[in-house]
Amino acid sequence: MWDLFWTFAKVGVMTFGGGYAMLPILQREVVENKHFATEEELMDYFAIGQCTPGVIAVNTATFIGKKHKGTLGAIFATLGVVFPSLIIIMLLAGVIEAFSHIAWVQHAFGGIRVCVCVLILNAVVKLGKKSIVDTATLIIFLLVAVGSFFTSISPVIFVVLAASAGIILKSIGGKRA
Amino acid sequence: MMLYLRLFYEFFKTGLFAVGGGMATIPFLYNLSDATGWFSRNDLANLIAVGESTPGPIGVNMATYVGYVTGAEHGTLSAILGAVTATLGLITPSVIVILIISMILSAFRESKIVNNAFYALRPASTGLISAAGLSVIVSNLFFAEQGLTPSCINWKGWILAIILWLLTNKVKATKTWHPIIFIGISALVGILFAM
Repeated sequence: MWDLFWTFAKVGVMTFGGGYAMLPILQREVVENKHFATEEELMDYFAIGQCTPGVIAVNTATFIGKKHKGTLGAIFATLGVVFPSLIIIMLLAGVIEAFSHIAWVQHAFGGIRVCVCVLILNAVVKLGKKSIVDTATLIIFLLVAVGSFFTSISPVIFVVLAASAGIILKSIGGKRA
Repeated sequence: MMLYLRLFYEFFKTGLFAVGGGMATIPFLYNLSDATGWFSRNDLANLIAVGESTPGPIGVNMATYVGYVTGAEHGTLSAILGAVTATLGLITPSVIVILIISMILSAFRESKIVNNAFYALRPASTGLISAAGLSVIVSNLFFAEQGLTPSCINWKGWILAIILWLLTNKVKATKTWHPIIFIGISALVGILFAM
């Protein structure tokens, strides 16, 4: 059990910048070193982790933990992967709060926020290329983007509506074809 | 106590409905900033920066950070409790959903209904992230609170943004660099040019 926890804690520490950066580290630690899962299983879990709700890294960890040691294994692996984040962010948040009133720290964050804008733009373009595949998906994208920008409707509503729309649209289209 | 319940509930909701990884939590955090006032829209950009530039999944990092800062008003112990509660809230739905899926793995993968739902969910999620991203851009590259006049445009920010966009998309040598490098460079530029 603790082996699962520490392996995923190690994966958590070495993941910089989100789920996609995690794949090569998972391959090395989980498949090659510990044999918790095979290469194919890992790819399957990672693919499902991307399209199920929640953080990809957490989803993948839960999957591997469950496969290797059952439900308790899933919980240990998941807690392992978030453990380093908890410690590091808590230490860092205190420091940031303490220094946030200093002028040059504010200027640094001024620059960083501009960078974040560009990073989000890049992420959206990348996601858009994968998710907008035809006219219907383009319309869904535009409706949600505009609706969400100009109203304060909860994202939850959009997610539920989109899922229903997908099921309805596809089943109508399927019958016609 | 109420605060922790609210933190857990809000992040549980985020974990359950954010489809597509860490970036997909941004629209929920944006919504949260409006609904609760726990952090401002400018804080949100800082949050994303901290989430991207520290080890660990972005979504988890941001949840921990929000929980910590929200609790911090009531002392260090509350801050730690807040961080733990928000993080557990975010990951609980994942654990439940994945445990269920792992039991019906082959049925899930071949399910028409699931595939059809995701056909529309993916562009919707991209739409949500675009809208939240656009809001972050508006509040950082325009000083919107002064009204939209040419003098409110953050010119230094735009110049940096265009250079960063070129470096991350067009320049072969720098395009594959890790985001943390660009965040570091931007921090230095911010200090040098008093942004």
